[in-house]
Amino acid sequence: MEEKFDAAIVGGGPAGISAACILAKRGAKVIVIERGEYPGAKNMFGGVLYGRALGRIIPDYAQKNCPIERNIVESRVSYLSEEGSISFSYRDQAFFEKLQNNAFTVGRAKFDRWFADQAKGFGALLVCSTVVTDLMKDGAGRVIGVKTDRAEGEVRAKVVLLADGVNSPLAAKTGFRPEARPGQIALAVKELIGLPEEVIDERFGVSGANGVTNEILGSVTGGMNGVAFVYTNRRSVSIGIGANLADLARQRVRPYEMLERLKLHPAIEPLIKDGKPLEYLAHWVPEGGYDSVPKLFGDGFLIAGDSAMLFNALHREGSNLAMTSGRLAAETILEALGKGDLSSATLKGYSERMKESFVLKDLKTYRRFSSLLETHGELFSTLPKGASEALRQILTVDETPKKARRQTAWEALRGRVGLFRLLRLVFDAWRAV
Amino acid sequence: MHFAVCIKQVPDTAEVKIDPETNTLVRAGVESMANPYDITALEAALGLKEKYGARVTALSMGPPQADSVLRQALSMGADDAVLLCDRAFAGADTLATSYTLSKAIETLGTVEPVDLVLCGKQAIDGDTAQTGPGIAARLGLTQFTYVLDVEWLDPGKRRLQARRKVEGGMEVISGPLPALLSVELEMATPRRASLPMLIASLRAEIKVWDAKAIGARADLVGIKGSPTWVKAIASPQLHRAGPKWDAAESVSAAVSAALGELFSDRDFEAGFAKGWKAEG
Repeated sequence: MEEKFDAAIVGGGPAGISAACILAKRGAKVIVIERGEYPGAKNMFGGVLYGRALGRIIPDYAQKNCPIERNIVESRVSYLSEEGSISFSYRDQAFFEKLQNNAFTVGRAKFDRWFADQAKGFGALLVCSTVVTDLMKDGAGRVIGVKTDRAEGEVRAKVVLLADGVNSPLAAKTGFRPEARPGQIALAVKELIGLPEEVIDERFGVSGANGVTNEILGSVTGGMNGVAFVYTNRRSVSIGIGANLADLARQRVRPYEMLERLKLHPAIEPLIKDGKPLEYLAHWVPEGGYDSVPKLFGDGFLIAGDSAMLFNALHREGSNLAMTSGRLAAETILEALGKGDLSSATLKGYSERMKESFVLKDLKTYRRFSSLLETHGELFSTLPKGASEALRQILTVDETPKKARRQTAWEALRGRVGLFRLLRLVFDAWRAV
Repeated sequence: MHFAVCIKQVPDTAEVKIDPETNTLVRAGVESMANPYDITALEAALGLKEKYGARVTALSMGPPQADSVLRQALSMGADDAVLLCDRAFAGADTLATSYTLSKAIETLGTVEPVDLVLCGKQAIDGDTAQTGPGIAARLGLTQFTYVLDVEWLDPGKRRLQARRKVEGGMEVISGPLPALLSVELEMATPRRASLPMLIASLRAEIKVWDAKAIGARADLVGIKGSPTWVKAIASPQLHRAGPKWDAAESVSAAVSAALGELFSDRDFEAGFAKGWKAEG
């Protein structure tokens, strides 16, 4: 094709569309190439987006009918043993008003399409049902466009933004980033369970399109490094669980078995009781952290979002990092277009912007987090059991003197996890976060 | 020559459910798509265009969002596209729809006479297969329904010959132009758009015609022109053939009852014994 674009963006997810919005708003000629039938058709995530990151791209998103499911006013973290559940929850009036939409739930099929419509409104061209199969390079190895699986499918562009997600056949083929190792990937499965709005309101103690997120750790992953979650949407609840791919392979566990076990847990089952399964989704999560992030740029290309392995495993933030990296990539591209220099010398600015932003700062802060989870398997096996038994001892009311109860509680915990191991965990955790 | 292809935007029936209480289709949140039979008709038109030379105009009646099926038509190779969009068109049954489409085809004909109208044999949402024949009847076109193949088309003699599906076999018929073809899925395999065509279709301006533009009478379009009333829609009950034994109380009792009943049949017993011997 003769036509030349300022930027070709591979992938119409949060990273790619964020970049497309910024670029198109500033008058750049942008094409977004999405393999799904529409943006969001092939995407999945836990379900939470962050208002601040979106607001930097679409300031008036709330007025523009952004398909928000529920504004998150309460965050719970639960630590589950086989039969018990220890929870910590935080609700704040600020999240109802001043910090409204700090975090909110969305469904990707609706949100991604809405987001892409905004980019189209700014003038970006969105081409769907089209797979980018290769990068076009000139004699000097500079990326000058992409090849797609359609007839006459070459697209020439001054710069290519790779935002094609964690599972990237394009990365495998062109090597723009190293292929992810199983230990750097989590496989997450999620079910959408339909429930009447009032039932969700009642079960989670909310009303008026406000909602709750519940992160879940503990024995539900059967000793594997992983987490689960329950998030409220308007008329459905997202319930999901994920575990490290290497662990899943080693233990020969099927992800849906984990999900079924989670759904039957006595602390979880009442939340989803009588619900109707609407959808079942599965996706990879890049949880390798800071050390798995590839070089983010080269001559004529940049990498953003999941494709660049940007995921905060502790805070469960991915879309946030994707949108911010897409925005920073777009700002770098605009600068490079202005200079007329799209070599790595200018595109390096993206890497610098990322290092200055919370994205890489956070990932660096939690650099040791993924190895913490890897080395402390007791977090998912013996510790939840021990902690549960200890609390059961303390909370059982009979005629045993409290001091003796405290002693048995402590013994219950130590019996499960050795004292040295506990101290080591506390020390490592302190260092990791 | 000038071909007109009628394309309807339909809900993706793989996702459509019937609300058991109201007996109406639940369309909320269901994806839209181009009726697959109509896309086959478009592909057939493009094939004939390549063989005999013609201009292909795609037509659709629907809300503004129905422009996506026309963009799809343009991406595949239609030369022109017109969306018939007017609040007055809403709620049309097949009588009003065939009226509206035939008025649009007449309007197209004032610029360049339409030699061939192509449409799918039916839409996958209503399954009536009435709109195509309705257009043919209104415009006095030769009617070729359930077409599998156009064997030849002679622009000079203004005739075509087609193979059509009939009960128990196939029929080969020929007739004069102008004509209407309603096509079966076997007629053609829709092509995948090339990237430049896809991009051009996304940027194309789609013509929009309202009732006035096609000179349609207000009392004959939309709900006003639709004498059909839907009395009820129902999902058929699933019937599984064969006897059943209730195992709720006791599984072993149910199994022995089932076996007892099966073996009380002499033929079954004889057949079973024979099979047993043959295997053993």
